[in-house]
Amino acid sequence: MNTRALKVCGHYLILCALAVVCVFPFWWTLVTAISTEGNIFAFPPTFWPNKPSLENFIEVFRTIPMWDFFRNSIFIAVCTVFWKLLLCSAAAYPLARMQFKGRQLVFGLILATLVLPSEVNFLVNFITVTKLSLVDTYTGVILPNVVTAVAILLLKQAFEEVPQDLIDAARVDGASEWTIFSRIMLPLIAPWLATVGILTAVESWNEYIWPSIVMSKPDEFPLSVGVLYLRGTFGSSTRVIAAGTVLTILPTLAAFLFTQRFFMRGMDGAVK
Amino acid sequence: MSADLARATPATNASGAPAAVTGAFTPASAAAAPQPTAPPAAPVLSPPPAGQDSSRRPHRGATLRIGLTAWLFLAPALILLAVFSFWPVAFGSFLAFTDYSLIHATHWVGLDNFRYIFDNEMFVTGLKNSLLFLLMVPCVQIGALSLAVLVNNKLPGIRYFRAAFYVPVVTTVSVVGIMWGFMFHEQGALNYVLMAMHLVGAPVGWLSNDTLAMFAIMFVTLWRGLGWYMVMYLAALQAVPADMQEAAILDGANRWQRFWKITVPMLRPTIMVCTILSVLAALKAYQEVDVLTQGGPMNSTFTGLYYAYDQGLKHLKLPRALAASFIVSLFCIGIALLCLRYLKPKHR
Repeated sequence: MNTRALKVCGHYLILCALAVVCVFPFWWTLVTAISTEGNIFAFPPTFWPNKPSLENFIEVFRTIPMWDFFRNSIFIAVCTVFWKLLLCSAAAYPLARMQFKGRQLVFGLILATLVLPSEVNFLVNFITVTKLSLVDTYTGVILPNVVTAVAILLLKQAFEEVPQDLIDAARVDGASEWTIFSRIMLPLIAPWLATVGILTAVESWNEYIWPSIVMSKPDEFPLSVGVLYLRGTFGSSTRVIAAGTVLTILPTLAAFLFTQRFFMRGMDGAVK
Repeated sequence: MSADLARATPATNASGAPAAVTGAFTPASAAAAPQPTAPPAAPVLSPPPAGQDSSRRPHRGATLRIGLTAWLFLAPALILLAVFSFWPVAFGSFLAFTDYSLIHATHWVGLDNFRYIFDNEMFVTGLKNSLLFLLMVPCVQIGALSLAVLVNNKLPGIRYFRAAFYVPVVTTVSVVGIMWGFMFHEQGALNYVLMAMHLVGAPVGWLSNDTLAMFAIMFVTLWRGLGWYMVMYLAALQAVPADMQEAAILDGANRWQRFWKITVPMLRPTIMVCTILSVLAALKAYQEVDVLTQGGPMNSTFTGLYYAYDQGLKHLKLPRALAASFIVSLFCIGIALLCLRYLKPKHR
C-alpha cells in the first residue's frame, strides 16, 4: 500500500514538472499583460503580477476593432467546421464501406495530398481565388480549408469500425444509402465528428497566412490577422502586445477547456 | 466491462437499427473482440457472405448503382480537392519552370529557377535545416507516447494535465512566436532559470546565436506538437481492449511486458500514421521560423519552405518560390515512401 502511494506521488511529480514546461510561457505572458509596473526583462524576472490592472486590455480595444475581429473569426470557424464535417464524412463513407471502381485510386489521391507541401499552395490558390473573384470574401477564406486528407482519413477509420451488420440490416429494410449515412453512420461516429470538428475549429481560428492574403479590409480581418495589425501599431509596448495575445488565445483556450470535457468523455465512454 | 463493449455501445444507441440485430451483435462482437471484421460470429441476420465484403453484389445493375452513389458522395470533396490541392501543385510545378509574373507574359525558362535556388546559400542552408528538423521526429513520437501513457489513467485531476499538455496545440503560431520570444530573450525567464540552476554561466542569446537559433526553433515545434500526437496515442491506448491486459495479468506478465507485447503491437498503425505525419511536418516546417527569427541570424534558420514563403510572399518571386517547394515535395515524397516501406504493419 505504501509503495503504491509513493508511486502515485512520483507520477504526479512528473506530471507537474511537464505541465509547468507546457504552461509556463502562457503564465508569463499573462503576468506581463496584467502588470503595469516594472521592467519585463529583469533578473530576477517577475513571475507574479505587479500592480495588476486591466489597463493594457482596454488599450487593445481602444487601438483595434477587437469585437469585429472576434465576430469574423467565429463566422469563419463555424462555416469551415460545418462544411468540413459534411463534405469530408460524405467522402469518407464510400471509401470505408462501399466497393466501387476507382476506390483505390481515389484513396491514393487523397493520401497524396498529405505528402505534397500544401503549406505553400496559397501561392497558386491566390491566383485561383482571384480568377473566381472570391478575393475579399469569406468564401475565399473558407473554401480551400474545407476538404483535408487528415479529416477524411480519420472519418474513414471511424466508419470502418461500425459493424457491418447495422448497414446490412438497414439495407434489408430498404433504407437508401443517404439514410444509412445520415441516420445510422453519422450518429455512430459522433465522437470522431466532435474530434474533427474541434481540431478544425482550432485550426481555422489560428490560421493567419491565408486570410491575411485573401482579406484586405482591416475590419474584415479575423482575430489571428488582426493581432498582427496590433503588433504593427504598437511595436514598442510589450505589455499591450501581451494583452492582445492573451485576448487572442483566450477564446481557443476557453473553447478547448469547455469542449475537452465531452471530447474526452467520448473517449472515456468508449473505454467503459 | 471492457473495450469490446466500446464497439457494442454505439450499437445499442443506434436509433435506426432493428433491435434484433442490436441484440445479435453484442455477443458476436464480444466473441470476436479486437477485429470487428472477423467473420465467424457474424451471420445471424446478415445476407449470406457476411463481413466487410457483403456490399459487393453479384448483379451488374446493383454494382453500377453502388458505384454511382459512391461517386456522388465523393464528388463535392473531390472537386474542392482538385481545385485547391491538386491544381496548385500541378500549375505550381509548371510555373516553377517559367518566369511567371503579374507584369509580363509568361515564358518557359527550363531549369533556370532551380539553378538559381541551388546556387543560393539561403536555400541550401534551408534544405539542410529541413533535414536537421527530422531529428524532431523520434523526440516527438517517443515524448508523445510517453505522455499518453502517463495520462492514460483515472487519477484525480488527470483531465487538467491532459488539458495542460494540449494547450500549446490550440495556440496560434503568431502567439507562440511572441511568447517564446519573451522566453528566449537574453534577460528572459529561460536564461534566469538555467542560471539559477547553474546550467549556464551567462545569459545565452538563444535566438541571436547562429548555431543555437535553429535548435531553439526546433524545441518550440516540439513543445507545440507533443500534445497533438499525445491525443492521437491516447485515443489509440484507450481502444486497447482491457480484457487483453487482464488476461496478460492472469498469465503473470508484468507491466513492462504488457506494454511491449500488447500495447505497442496494438498501437502499430497509430505509430505509423503519427510518424509519417510528423516526418512530413518536420520537412515542411516554416511558420515557427517566420514568427521567431524570420530566417536570421545571418540566414542560419532558413528552412526549405521558409525560403519558398520568403521568396513568394515577401519578394514576390513566385517561380523561385515554387521551384523551392517543388524540391521540398520531392524530399517529402521520397521520405514518405521510405517510411511506408519500413513501418508497414507486419502482422495481418
